Amino acid sequence: MPVRLYLNNVGKSFTMHLQGGTIIPVVDKVEFSVNTGECVVLGGPSGAGKSSILKMIYGNYRCDQGQILVTIDDEIINVADAEPRKVLQLREDTIGYVSQFLRTIPRVSAEDVVAEPLIAQGESEDNAVKKARSLLARLNVPERLWTLPPATFSGGEQQRVNIARGFIAHYPILLLDEPTASLDAANRAVVVRLVQEKKEQGVAMVGILHDQDVREEIADRIIDVTAFAADAAA
Amino acid sequence: MNDTAQIYDQGEYNFAYLDEQTKRMIRRAILKGIAIPGYQVPFASREMPMPYGWGTGGVQVTAAVLGKDDCLKMIDQGSDDTTNAVSLRGFFEKTAGVRTTYETSEATVIQTRHRIPEKTLTEDQILVFQVPIPEPLRFLEPRETETRKMHALEDYGLMHVKLYEDIAKNGHIATTYAYPVKVNDRYVMDPSPTPKFDNPKIDEMAALQLYGAGREKRIYAIPPYTKVKSLDFEDYPFEVQKFDKPCALCGAENVYLDEVILDDRGGRMFVCSDSDHCEERRAQGHTGPMAANPAAAQITEKNQRETTR
Amino acid sequence: MNTIQSDEPLLQVHNVTRYYGDRVGCLDVSFDLWPGEVLAIVGESGSGKTTLLNCLSTRLAPTAGAIEYRMRDGAMRNLYQLTEAERRLLMRTDWGFVHQNAADGLRMNVSAGANVGERLMAVGQRHYGNIRSTADDWLGRVEIESDRIDDDPRSFSGGMRQRLQIARNLVTHPRLVFMDEPTGGLDVSVQARLLDLLRRLVSDLGLSVVIVTHDLAVARLLSHRIMVMRQGYVIEAGLTDQVLDDPREPYSQLLVSSILQV
Repeated sequence: MPVRLYLNNVGKSFTMHLQGGTIIPVVDKVEFSVNTGECVVLGGPSGAGKSSILKMIYGNYRCDQGQILVTIDDEIINVADAEPRKVLQLREDTIGYVSQFLRTIPRVSAEDVVAEPLIAQGESEDNAVKKARSLLARLNVPERLWTLPPATFSGGEQQRVNIARGFIAHYPILLLDEPTASLDAANRAVVVRLVQEKKEQGVAMVGILHDQDVREEIADRIIDVTAFAADAAA
Repeated sequence: MNDTAQIYDQGEYNFAYLDEQTKRMIRRAILKGIAIPGYQVPFASREMPMPYGWGTGGVQVTAAVLGKDDCLKMIDQGSDDTTNAVSLRGFFEKTAGVRTTYETSEATVIQTRHRIPEKTLTEDQILVFQVPIPEPLRFLEPRETETRKMHALEDYGLMHVKLYEDIAKNGHIATTYAYPVKVNDRYVMDPSPTPKFDNPKIDEMAALQLYGAGREKRIYAIPPYTKVKSLDFEDYPFEVQKFDKPCALCGAENVYLDEVILDDRGGRMFVCSDSDHCEERRAQGHTGPMAANPAAAQITEKNQRETTR
Repeated sequence: MNTIQSDEPLLQVHNVTRYYGDRVGCLDVSFDLWPGEVLAIVGESGSGKTTLLNCLSTRLAPTAGAIEYRMRDGAMRNLYQLTEAERRLLMRTDWGFVHQNAADGLRMNVSAGANVGERLMAVGQRHYGNIRSTADDWLGRVEIESDRIDDDPRSFSGGMRQRLQIARNLVTHPRLVFMDEPTGGLDVSVQARLLDLLRRLVSDLGLSVVIVTHDLAVARLLSHRIMVMRQGYVIEAGLTDQVLDDPREPYSQLLVSSILQV
């Protein structure tokens, strides 16, 4: 299986200028790779830097050191020093992100929120909305909510809208930031099946999953992030 | 020693009131205006012995083009005998000693306020307009620096905004006077507050047209036989006013009519705005539907008396 | 927000500097703007963001530096070497400028329809019916009822005026729109509606936008990229969510931490 994502000697710290320039080390010398069709789960206690690693891969956090290499066809792109527009392009067609929280956009209906990434990839609006509805149905979002903006939904409903949005489009790399937190068993099972389907499509996934059962079901490998603890390396 | 200098020596007015240097300056502005049809040429407008609004711009232009042998006609709203026309005619009779006339065909220079004579003008005539506000863009754009730039760049979208507003608010282009025109496919120009009825006369006119604005210090011109197009929309083409009745006195059709109130019981009639044209027709034996009406006859009589003074 | 990918920048800004006498407006600003990209310029009042916007939009000549723009024919032209006629044509066809105060960008004494139609008439459209139906269509796109087409903007609310101003700018399908605090001075609910409308129009039309704002929420919702300005300098620039979630410079951190969380 070819390597899709490779983190090489990645390091990150925060400098808090408002707290007298305190430097908070996050991770250091992070090194791992993810193959196509593989789901790698980051393990370790909270505060170990799992989320920061995910955000660096997505380009949301800056990477102070090292390389984050994404292989697409014959091209290798280093997210750590890519131009903003390159990162935006990667987010559009290469790297997807399923987070716990939905950043709601006023006045856009749930089905349109879900369909948007697919339309951005060039799918027709009709097809995208059709696919959005079937995903919302699979995730047990009541049909009467589909045409309403999700701002007023319950936390669980919003989360499922967000999962649908994350899974609708095909990205060679998918980042999962606790997608099953606070879901009931039935919906957790749906997410597990969605992940399995992505694996079959050859998607490389990196996830943070606190749910022991889900983790065991989908993780091909677990990487202990405490090994990259910045102060341990210092 | 020339004639004008002689008069000057005798303690008379300089010919046509203005001094020779001023007239040369104005003639240069006129020549420039003729060279760039429709373009507003700034000039050093003089104080005239009459208030602004009385035609100080037209008077200066007339003074600059008038020669001893010219015959001058002075009209105000189409009429030769309203206050403004009478005063200005008197002014030139006194300061230039030229012949004056009521007859359009006899005149070589016609100074006008708000009308163009009904009779077709010829190559031997000059028509001088009194202009209050020469800038057609003024009510849309108050800054002179900006309007000059707009003319320079042919940036005339705003003119159509005004016409758009007319149609949107009235269902048709409701501008009836000072109707903007484009001269020689280049400059947008205000033809002074003449009714739009007269706009077609400006197009390809045989006579030279000179426009003078005294307070605003601008002169512009349309040389003989110049294309002048009234602005419009493809689906709302330019149209002149139509009158459903002929002149009550002379029966003329397709002329511009003024409403005349005859009494305080609602009696009124519509008669030729061009009084000379009306009289000439009546002299030729044309009569309108109200020619025999006593109230109308009274007005006709009064006109007659003044004409034959 | 989908971005149109293109290999050619639309606008290239090289070391733009503007002094007001001895005082600094903006200093040594350089960046490229790509087609379909929304760039937010943030910073407090006096940071030079409006000066920069005015320099970019040829409303204020820079003291030094150059700004190049890709014309519709594909040629890159230095904006300050365009003739006045070329510059005006650019401003009323290929560009838009949305002012904070709608009255600065509208003709307050002519109807909404004429406000939208003006650019069309300026580029030579002479069919009243067509102009009016295009104006009507655009009013619809900015959510102004058809029956307000003949009303003056004076009778419009602040939010409506702003939407009218946007329609007036977009009617000629510009490729680049400058916005100066477009949601400033509006009620929060009105702001949200306007932002959503802008977000959709920008993405549907593939507009490039340079937007000046002091409101980081506006920047987050609308922009792909952000430049933080302070005392005339660009002190930090990058992907919008990167700069807002992981600000590096002390001032950027202060700016981000100053937002009230709701």
